[in-house]
Amino acid sequence: MKKEKTTTDQPRWADLGLSDQKLISMYRDMLLIRRFEERSAQEYGKGKIGGFCHLYIGQEATGVGAIAALRDDDFIYTAYRDHGQALARGMSAKECMAELFGKVTGVSKGIGGSMHFYDLSKGFMGGWGIVGGHPPLAAGTAFATKYQGRDSVTICFMGEASTNQGVVHETLNMAELWRLPVIFITENNGYGMGTAISRAMAGENLYDKAAGYLMNRGAVNGMDVIDMYREMKKAIHLARTEFRPTFLEARTYRYRGHSMSDPGQYRTKEEIEEYKKKDPIETFAKELLQWGVLTEAALERMEEEIKTEVQEAVEFADASPQPPLEMLHQNVYA
Amino acid sequence: MAILQIREAINQAIAEEMDRDPGVFIMGEEVAQYNGAYKVTQGLWKKYGDKRVIDTPITEAGFAGIGIGAAMAGIGVRPIVEMMTWNFAILAFDQIINHAAKARYMSAGQFKVPIVFRGPNGPAHMLGAQHSQALESMMAHVPGLIVMTPSTPYDAKGMLKSAIRDDNPVIFMESELMYGQKGEVPDGEYLIPVGKGDIKREGTDVTIIAWTKMVAVALKAAAELEKEGISAEVLDPRTLRPLDEELIIASVKKTNRAVIVEDSWPFASVGTEIAHRIHTIAFDHLDAPVEKINGADVPMPYAENLEHEAMPSPEKVIAAVKRVLYR
Ligand SMILES: Cc1ncc(C[n+]2csc(CCOP(=O)(O)OP(=O)(O)O)c2C)c(N)n1
Repeated sequence: MKKEKTTTDQPRWADLGLSDQKLISMYRDMLLIRRFEERSAQEYGKGKIGGFCHLYIGQEATGVGAIAALRDDDFIYTAYRDHGQALARGMSAKECMAELFGKVTGVSKGIGGSMHFYDLSKGFMGGWGIVGGHPPLAAGTAFATKYQGRDSVTICFMGEASTNQGVVHETLNMAELWRLPVIFITENNGYGMGTAISRAMAGENLYDKAAGYLMNRGAVNGMDVIDMYREMKKAIHLARTEFRPTFLEARTYRYRGHSMSDPGQYRTKEEIEEYKKKDPIETFAKELLQWGVLTEAALERMEEEIKTEVQEAVEFADASPQPPLEMLHQNVYA
Repeated sequence: MAILQIREAINQAIAEEMDRDPGVFIMGEEVAQYNGAYKVTQGLWKKYGDKRVIDTPITEAGFAGIGIGAAMAGIGVRPIVEMMTWNFAILAFDQIINHAAKARYMSAGQFKVPIVFRGPNGPAHMLGAQHSQALESMMAHVPGLIVMTPSTPYDAKGMLKSAIRDDNPVIFMESELMYGQKGEVPDGEYLIPVGKGDIKREGTDVTIIAWTKMVAVALKAAAELEKEGISAEVLDPRTLRPLDEELIIASVKKTNRAVIVEDSWPFASVGTEIAHRIHTIAFDHLDAPVEKINGADVPMPYAENLEHEAMPSPEKVIAAVKRVLYR
């Protein structure tokens, strides 16, 4: 994938109809996710955040590029590594941080925790902890929108390791068979916990898994927010206009351990450094500067703004109350 | 005597049985190169290699079934299948319940299914609803399965060795929060038979029945109660199916009162079954209806205060004991 300015005098996103404002907001979302996650790691270390906490650092372009291509009436599902997608969907840093702190002001009122962010009003369907558990739900939501005659699409983020689960294949089959407007975005970060994909998956290309179902499929550079956006636009068009599902393999990388309790000794420093050279945020910043979409001064201002936003989120979370005890028994049934 | 953590005691049991019987192998997610998500299989891959310590893809139903088929072949293969946690084993319930538990019966005794499914069960700390479930009652419901759940390093080692040697599918449920708990383990070999409970503390006024993590809660409550002159016996059934009914009934006949503590949900739980048996078998010996303390009847919330509220505690046990003593 090319990243530098080519010989033409047009940026490579010229055909995408992206305004400067949209480009800047995509960049900002990635930076916010990065800083939010770095702070989450610190707060986890201080014991403010409990349980399992899976960071999205390194994978920002995948979530942001995909979600930027959606409409407000579309739906998003993801696994437990869900902070990034939530922020990209416009859920506030304050409410996200409060959820991590287990506070009633959180996106799931402190009941869900790190792995279970939800905001139905934004079509953000979560936030699921069982590997391979949520893809059929995403197909089901796509089923419902089609059933009701809407042209919404549903996107489903999942880790590459989840595609080994039987239910994921059951879902792919039905999604194609029934022509459901769903896009499966498999974030291939190379590892399922400590297991490299090559040790867990027969076959070579992840996206070949959709081949048996003759589903539209392909790979995309998930470290590149523009490539991600471009491929998603195509997939969304197919889903919206022809009810054709897509299986998209986003090739990406997580810089941190699987979760906060994973020292990540199964991969080399060199490997991580290689990927950091392709950092989705740094490379995009360079391009935006190069094309004059952003200035150095604007970038610095944005850093400051985000720093404040994250700081305020932590203060908000800290100051918020825990859920009241009577909530323990609420919402078990409708 | 060595002082071992529960994870080390389990590790020893696996290693000893692998040394004793070349047909014993272990598979599961991250059990080999990563040394186990909770480091229970530390060093085993290095020692026994790829053939006998096997990393699986994240496909619980698939590898559970592969284990069952390997056990059924009747050619001396005895799989140990590690479930990273029992929450994830839910994906494999079809294999375990529809296949492992029924193969012998449906074939009129032709098959044996010598397999152990083991891993941590029950809530840990702030893991949220999908990762905090005590599922022993669901497993104990099923004829054809054995369900064991240890509370000390000593028990863990002796029970697991028996589980591995058993010719039936054994559900072996540990606790994430207990892996680091230490205790004495004898140097020589010993076995704790399937179906044998243990009195963890002797007493005369009330029998508190608890297993795994709840044994510590019961013991704490018993220590507090002693200060008030109440002598509580703490009984750990260790195997939940088949139940050590004899031990339970004998204890209740002595104390005439019982409180059951479990961190699973209350509806149709193992505790419900124990209470029923006490009520029917030892009715004339009871001075009060059996009390049950359970985890709250809700999916587990993440927030620390709510999680704490949802869990059984020594205070709740003490209150229940006082109720059965009419104090
Ligand atoms: C059914 C199930 N099995 C095991 C786990 C424990 N677990 C959580 S995440 C994970 C690795 C998943 O890797 P992948 O799907 O590639 O996603 P990533 O974490 O890389 O985003 C495992 C084994 C689980 N949550 N659910």
